[in-house]
Amino acid sequence: MSGARNISAALRRARIPRPRLAVRPIVAPSQCATALRSFSASSTVRADRQIKYTSDAYPNLKRNPEFGEISVEDVAFFKQLLGSESAVIDGVTTDATDDIEPFNGDWMRKYRGHTKLVLKPGSTEEVSKVLKYCNDRKLAVVPQGGNTGLVGGSVPVFDEIVINTSRMNQIRSFDPASGVLVADAGVILEVADQYLAERDHMFPLDLGAKGSCHIGGNVSTNAGGLRLLRYGSLHGTVLGLEAVLPDGTIVDALSTLRKNNTGYDLKQLFIGSEGTIGMVTAVSIICPPRPKAVNVAYFGLESFEQVQQAYLAAKGQLSEILSAFELMDGRSQGLVIESTGNKHPLEGEYPFYCLVETSGSNSEHDMEKLESFLESVMSDGIVADGVLAQDETQFQALWRWREGITEALSHLGGTYKYDVSIPLSDLYQLVEDCKARLTEMGFVGDDDSFPVRAVVGYGHMGDSNLHLNVSVRQYNKEVEKAIEPWVYEWIQKRNGSISAEHGLGVAKREFIGYSQNETMVNLMKQLKAVYDPNGIMNPYKYI
Amino acid sequence: MASGLRILVPVKRVIDYAIKPRINKAQTGVETTGVKHSLNPFDELSIEEAVRLRERKGPLKVENILALSAGGPKVPDVLRTAMAMGADRAFHIDVPESADGGPEPLTIAKLLRGVVEKENINLVLLGKQAIDGDQGQTGQMLAGLLGWPQANQASKIEIKDESGTVEVTHEVDGGVETLRAKLPMVITTDLRLNEPRYASLPNIMKAKKKPLEKKTLADFGVEDTRRLKTVKVTEPPPRKGGGKVEDVDGLVSKLKELGAL
Repeated sequence: MSGARNISAALRRARIPRPRLAVRPIVAPSQCATALRSFSASSTVRADRQIKYTSDAYPNLKRNPEFGEISVEDVAFFKQLLGSESAVIDGVTTDATDDIEPFNGDWMRKYRGHTKLVLKPGSTEEVSKVLKYCNDRKLAVVPQGGNTGLVGGSVPVFDEIVINTSRMNQIRSFDPASGVLVADAGVILEVADQYLAERDHMFPLDLGAKGSCHIGGNVSTNAGGLRLLRYGSLHGTVLGLEAVLPDGTIVDALSTLRKNNTGYDLKQLFIGSEGTIGMVTAVSIICPPRPKAVNVAYFGLESFEQVQQAYLAAKGQLSEILSAFELMDGRSQGLVIESTGNKHPLEGEYPFYCLVETSGSNSEHDMEKLESFLESVMSDGIVADGVLAQDETQFQALWRWREGITEALSHLGGTYKYDVSIPLSDLYQLVEDCKARLTEMGFVGDDDSFPVRAVVGYGHMGDSNLHLNVSVRQYNKEVEKAIEPWVYEWIQKRNGSISAEHGLGVAKREFIGYSQNETMVNLMKQLKAVYDPNGIMNPYKYI
Repeated sequence: MASGLRILVPVKRVIDYAIKPRINKAQTGVETTGVKHSLNPFDELSIEEAVRLRERKGPLKVENILALSAGGPKVPDVLRTAMAMGADRAFHIDVPESADGGPEPLTIAKLLRGVVEKENINLVLLGKQAIDGDQGQTGQMLAGLLGWPQANQASKIEIKDESGTVEVTHEVDGGVETLRAKLPMVITTDLRLNEPRYASLPNIMKAKKKPLEKKTLADFGVEDTRRLKTVKVTEPPPRKGGGKVEDVDGLVSKLKELGAL
């Protein structure tokens, strides 16, 4: 139904555009009839829209003339090297536009490249040969996993060859005694977690895109996710990895040791470097035992002050069993209701909601702790109302109120996403300030004449990590200019990070200076030049 | 007749329905130790409906909602949940835990008859079945033992007047059927009846102070006799997984091999 609504909204917009704003409707009116006829699902409108090329959206990005152009001979070489038909999607000698499009664009439909070639090597050796060839020919490449990134890091900008990990999807080994899992880069996170679940362990990382994202991509982007609070970042849990440098060198650092103080810890360079130094092909990671007792409570709170108090109380009283503390503001939950039509778990409406999860090995012990925590936050008036999941279904339903925000926003239109680290006390002020700023400028409103639907905030409270999302009816340069670089300056003043867990990619590349000083950026550039002298690895991004 | 509704809601603690059950090594039943348990989902609907009857403020006031469950030492967990959802008090009928599925439906029906008589109950709301045994008999047996009218798999329950006329709608093949009866009666509940609420924190706190009495089968003159013996429990044969083909040519040759082309 919302599809039809969006279409009519788009039509209305098209007829009476606000003269002041450069409106770019999500659906061009001419496409509406087709959309109505051929689709009925809510995703249709977006599915039919052409995504703007990244090269058009970022006109200051120019194709590096040093890079080679893909030739027919190159394609023949790759076909011969990778053997099977399905390993090469060839848009050079054939018309494979439809097949290549999913690799060219990102899921938010914000970034789109011009690649004509997708390679899916099946082994580390194949990756090595591919990269060596590309390096010799100076062909630029983009390593790509599940393509679930949020900053355009996993899609090409120009004609970079996509090297996709989906055919490298084997779990290599698991040692139940140490809990160390060794797996190929293309293993889907949820598949790895299911595999571990059968062996009473769990993957130390969990995030909304778990059904699609690849663990190689998770490591390359140093994904944070929902349980970082408990299990720490990938810089700690990844014990080793295997990667391929642009010259074809296979870096075998696939250690399964927890402790290894011999020389520079080079594997760390590949964690979070977004494929700009080399391509991760396998990961060795330490996995905790799967908790036997997991509980979830969902709170409604009256102020951000109280959210902070609740967090302190949770840390103090739940301590070692606390596994997630998530913040959602009232507007974000309102948008989930609007998008899903689900009934909200709490009766009243509150400006803030929190989701608290505990994981432990003994349900009686956990329950006792949790109940005394709940009793204290209720009786101290910190929490206004709340619910406790009574069964697995409710457990999952409550989590969906947090995990479903991103999806709900994508159904409602476009979103400007900012993923930031700010000291806890200032965390939500950013949302308030941003909303005030955009409202003052006349962008925010309830009907379709306003480009901005809502300014919402949610995130990983336990990690001081906020997601500031500006939900827009249409992407709009003036709105963007009103937010950027204002938001980065705001964060810089508080010594925060402009990208806590989403990375830099294309979106945040030019803003790295707000969180890293010149010396740091120069050191990074030196490092990049050492390992990737031709600059073929994921160009136009990161630094 | 009735000045108010005195509702009995029998509930059962079962393996959480989102969890995949596994058969124990002895093949005598389902592995229950260390597995997450919760309230039988159909019983959740019964409680919710009882609470809604109270909130709806119909022609008959709800005087009391009694939740009851028979089982081992962890049964009070689900009774607290029932009281957090809105039941006023609860009986825990202490029956030792066993791997064979506990008392049979007839035993439970006789127990419920005893409770109905002692507690002067005039409406029994039960889930249409428990998802562990899937027997779906208790409600019907209870109505038979009491000689009361019964309406099963209810998707809508309405109290029509002060004299205790009840209309129950349930789904039948190709439509719905509406039944009318007078209290006292037995109603079993089905999925479409309502959407159970979450147990809110204030109500979870309150539920701790609500009376939970521990009783035995003998208190109601019932013995745990078994007529059935579970001989063996086995899993269905595993599904044969599909194979993957490398490309279109592989698919075509596979189809030819299977004689589909």
